[in-house]
Amino acid sequence: MDRKVAIFRKEHFNAAHRLYVPGWTDAQNLEQFGKCSNPHYHGHNYELVVKVTGIPDSVTGYVINLSTLSYIIQKKVLAKFDHKNLNLDTQEFALLNPTAENIVYVIYEILRKELDPSLELSVRLYETERNFVEYPA
Amino acid sequence: MVFLTRIEHFNAAHKLYNPSWTREKNEEVFGVCANENWHGHNYELYVTIKGDTETETGFLFDVKKLSGIIREQVIEKLDHKNLNVEVDFLKGKMCSSENLTIGIWHLLIGCLPESVQLHSVKLYETPRIYVEYFG
Repeated sequence: MDRKVAIFRKEHFNAAHRLYVPGWTDAQNLEQFGKCSNPHYHGHNYELVVKVTGIPDSVTGYVINLSTLSYIIQKKVLAKFDHKNLNLDTQEFALLNPTAENIVYVIYEILRKELDPSLELSVRLYETERNFVEYPA
Repeated sequence: MVFLTRIEHFNAAHKLYNPSWTREKNEEVFGVCANENWHGHNYELYVTIKGDTETETGFLFDVKKLSGIIREQVIEKLDHKNLNVEVDFLKGKMCSSENLTIGIWHLLIGCLPESVQLHSVKLYETPRIYVEYFG
């Protein structure tokens, strides 16, 4: 059988961040990013949904072992970002504004390297219940 | 007697850190929550009031007014803030969800009309962790 199936794993992490452009004045940042530019930071419970698509293995029936996928996400993503300040504690966002758009792309790139090239990957990130992003679009 | 709940939410940064302890002791007790550079949450706040319905409106209390009170008294002070640094009623206190919930109760208790009683404040720090306070 060569039918593709998508398998999903949900994980979550809690982090502080602040949206701002370092070269801008506080007033410019406030105008663009509103209260999200608060210099003292704010934070979120991020919900991460990782979608892996592929043809189930003819022997195991798995697209990917979910324990393996969960382990990769925990080791490569959550270990970097959970209970961290994204601006201050992570290399990835030392220079990159930690918007949901940028975070989802960074997570995608991290996971893409860990998965077999034959598997398709898509990542959805909820910053709040009502604000979420997806990559690739 | 009828109960009415309004749900609001806010996002904030905080850390669990007792300044009179060493960093090691803080990490031992609070784990990753002691990160010096903060972490954050989407907080979900449930405010429940109780009382009798008014005959003319059928309402216990106008829920839009309740929402306005919560937003003005609580959300304005907490949303997109650093709870340890920017919130007056937590100054000098540990920034736990327990203390935050009790603090929110005290912000609201004086702002409701006499016909209405505050029954509980319930605060979700994550979808699986919440604190309730009944005064």
